[in-house]
Amino acid sequence: MQYTEIMVRYGELSTKGKNRRNFIDSLGRNVRKALHDFPELKVHANRDRMHIMLNGEDSAKVMDRLKLVFGIQNFSPSIRVDQDMDAVYKTAVEMVRAQYQPGMTFKINTRRSDHKFEYDTNEINDMLGGQILDHVDGIKVQMKHPDIVLRVEVRLNGIFLSSETIQGAGGLPVGTAGKGMLMLSGGIDSPVAGYLGMKRGVNMEMVHFFSPPYTSEQALAKAKQLASTLASYSGSVKFIQIPFTEIQEEIKEKVPEGYLMTVQRRLMMRLMDAITRKRNGKAIFNGESLGQVASQTMDSMIAINDVTTLPVLRPVISMDKTEIIKVAEDINTYDLSIMPFEDCCTIFAPPAPKTHPKLDRARAYEERIDVDGLMQRAMDGITITEIKPGENYMNAQEDVFAELL
Amino acid sequence: MIYFDNSATTQAAPAVLETYTKVSQKIWGNPSSLHSFGENAFHLLEQSRQQIATLIGAKPNEIFFTSGGTEGDNWVVKGTAMEKRTFGKHLITTAVEHPAIHNSMEQLKELGFDVTYLPVDAEGRISAADLKAAIRPDTILVSTMAVNNEIGTIQPLLEVADVLKAYPKIHFHVDAVQGIGKGIQDLIMNDRVDFVTFSGHKFHAPRGIGFIYARQGRKLAPLMTGGGQESNWRSGTENLPAIAGMAKALRLLLTDEDQKVARERAIKQRIYDHIKTFPKVTIFSQPTAGFAPHILCFTINGVRGETIVHAFEDQGVYISTTSACSSKKHLASSTLMAMHVQENVATSAVRISLDENNTLAEADEFIKIFDKLYHKFSKINADA
Repeated sequence: MQYTEIMVRYGELSTKGKNRRNFIDSLGRNVRKALHDFPELKVHANRDRMHIMLNGEDSAKVMDRLKLVFGIQNFSPSIRVDQDMDAVYKTAVEMVRAQYQPGMTFKINTRRSDHKFEYDTNEINDMLGGQILDHVDGIKVQMKHPDIVLRVEVRLNGIFLSSETIQGAGGLPVGTAGKGMLMLSGGIDSPVAGYLGMKRGVNMEMVHFFSPPYTSEQALAKAKQLASTLASYSGSVKFIQIPFTEIQEEIKEKVPEGYLMTVQRRLMMRLMDAITRKRNGKAIFNGESLGQVASQTMDSMIAINDVTTLPVLRPVISMDKTEIIKVAEDINTYDLSIMPFEDCCTIFAPPAPKTHPKLDRARAYEERIDVDGLMQRAMDGITITEIKPGENYMNAQEDVFAELL
Repeated sequence: MIYFDNSATTQAAPAVLETYTKVSQKIWGNPSSLHSFGENAFHLLEQSRQQIATLIGAKPNEIFFTSGGTEGDNWVVKGTAMEKRTFGKHLITTAVEHPAIHNSMEQLKELGFDVTYLPVDAEGRISAADLKAAIRPDTILVSTMAVNNEIGTIQPLLEVADVLKAYPKIHFHVDAVQGIGKGIQDLIMNDRVDFVTFSGHKFHAPRGIGFIYARQGRKLAPLMTGGGQESNWRSGTENLPAIAGMAKALRLLLTDEDQKVARERAIKQRIYDHIKTFPKVTIFSQPTAGFAPHILCFTINGVRGETIVHAFEDQGVYISTTSACSSKKHLASSTLMAMHVQENVATSAVRISLDENNTLAEADEFIKIFDKLYHKFSKINADA
C-alpha cells in the first residue's frame, strides 16, 4: 500500500494538563530528529494527534523508526483520498483485501471533523460497509472485537483511511524529564537502566569509567556501541569517558582488600556527582539490582551513596536477572553486553569484598588517599563525544570489509 | 573451450579470489584471539555472516559455516539423529538424493534408524501425498533436495512445507546445493524449512567452504566438537579467507539473479529445441518451470555416457555423465534408476549444466558439434 501519512496517537502525555504543549513540542522534535534523513517528510504535531505527511517516503522504514520513539502510544499508516465516496470505496476495498484472510471479520469506524461533508458518520459506515461486503468475498461484519477495523476520518483536506494500528514504545518524550547521567559499565544491567530512564523522558548522558591498560580499547568500544544502541531511542547521546586508572591504582595500594570495592565505588559516585552538577544534570542513574552483587546490598548503598546528595535512581533495583535479560534482549543490548571484555568493575575485584561495609570504616579508609587531587586529574581527563544510532565502534573496519565482501 | 559442467564445480571468480588473497595476507588472525588482530578477523567473520544472512533472508545467528555441501548434509542428517533420537528414529528422504544424504541415511540405518525413501514420478519429483503417507509418530527428519543434481527437477518444496506444518516437531531439511541463485529462493527459504545446506564452490567461491541455515530455535548435535567456534555448533578454526570469499561470491551470484536465470533458461531452451528433433535422443530434463534453468540431461540411445563425454571433450566441450560423484564409478544415474528408466539408458545419460557466464553463442557452437557427433555415432552404432 502506498500510504500518504502516518497518524500518531500520543501516550500518557494526553493527561498532562498545563505541560501538554511542552510535551508535544518535545515529541515533535524527537520525531523530526529520528526521521531527519527522510527529506520529504512533514511533521505536524497538533494538540490531539501528530500527522506525518510521507510525501512519497517509504512508510515501512519510517514506521520502524517511530516504534522507538518514546511518548507514542500507537500509530496508523493511512491513505488520503479526495472527498469523494467512489475514491473512498476503491481504496477501502483495496486496504481490506490486503489484510483479509478467510474467516476474518471487520467493522468501519468513521469520525467526521468536517461537518459540511454530505454524509454523516452513520451513513458513511453503512455505505462503505456495503461496498466491502460486496467486494470482499466471505467477509463478515462484527462490532465486538473484529479482526479488521477500518478507520475513516473525514477532514476538511480530504478523507483519511487506515486499517492498522501499530503499538508505539509508550513512555514520555525523551527530554521532558530533564537531564540524567547513567553509569554505563558495559554489563547487562546498566544499558537496561538507561533505557528505562529514557523511557520516562530523561535526556540521558552516558558516563563510562575506563582504566587502560587494565581495560582494553575493546571494552571502551563496547561501551560506545551500547551507547549507540541506546541512542536509537533519543536520536543521539553524549558519551562521557572518565579516566579511572590512577584512582584504582592508588586505592589498590592504600585501602584494605575488603574495602577496595566500596572505596572505589565511592570515588565513582563522587565523580558522577561532580560531572552531573557541572553539566546541569538532575540525577544519577545506575543499573544496580538489590542484592545482586556485593556493592548492591543496602549496606553498600549506605556506604557509597554517602558522597552525594543528588538522587541516585536505580530503575532495575527490584528486577530479577532474568527479567533484566529479557529487556536487554528486547532492546538489542544483550548480545553486546555479554561480550567478554574486562571492565573497570571486574579488574582489581577482591576475592571477598565486604557485602556489609561500615560507613565509618569506608570514610576512614577513603581518607588515606588524595581524593581532591585524584578527582581533579580525572575530571581534567574527561572526553565527551556525541554518539548516534547506527554507528559502528566494535568493527572499526566495517567499510574496509564491505569493499572486500 | 566451452564449460558446461557447472553443477560439478564452478570456476572461482577473480573478484572472489582477490578477496581470498587479501584476507589471507592481511586478516590472518584467528577470530578467537583476544588481541586486536584476532578481533579484526572476528569482525570480518561476523560481517560476512551478516551479509550472507541478509542475502538469503535469514538472521546472522542462523548461519553456520561448514566445509561444504557434503558436511552440511551429513551434519543435518546425523546431527538431527543424535539430537532427536530419544523422540524417534524414523527419517524420510527421497530416492533421488545426492550420496551425501543417501549414504548418511544408510549409515544411520546400520545404527538402528529407520529410513523411508520417497519414490519419484517420471520427472523425478516426489509427491506430497507420498510424504504424508510416510510420516509416522516417530519421524524426526524430512530431507529433500531443492534441485536434483542429475536432471534438474525442482522438488515441490512448498507442498512439502504445507504437509509439515501439521508436524511442527519434525526437522525439515532442504539440500539447496544446486538450487541457490536459480530463481527459487522463495521455495528454498519457505516459512517451514528448518535447515538448508549450501556449498560455496557451486557458485564461484573456493572449495572447502559452505554453510547451513538453521532456523532459530532448532537444534542440531554438532559433528565437529572442539574449541567451540560457531556458537559451539561447529568447532574448528574458521576458514576466514574462504568465508569472506563466499560472502562476496553469494552477493555477486544474487545480483541480477532474474536476468541470469533467464539467460540460462534461454541457452537450455535453444539446445533442448535442437536435440529433441533427433530420433535417438531421449531428454530427461524439461524446459518447464518445474526444472532448474541450468541443467539438461539427455542420452543418445545406445552410446555410453562416458563415450559421449569424451567425444565432446575432444571438441573442447566439457560436459559430464550425470553426476561428477558417480561418473568415475561407471554407475548408472541413481536418479534415472529411481525414475524407472532402463539401466542401459540410464548408463548413457549425460548432463549439461550452465552458469551465468555461458552464452547463446556457446549454445550454437555446442549444437554444431552435437550434429557432427550424432552423425558419427550413427555410423559406428547401427542402432543409434
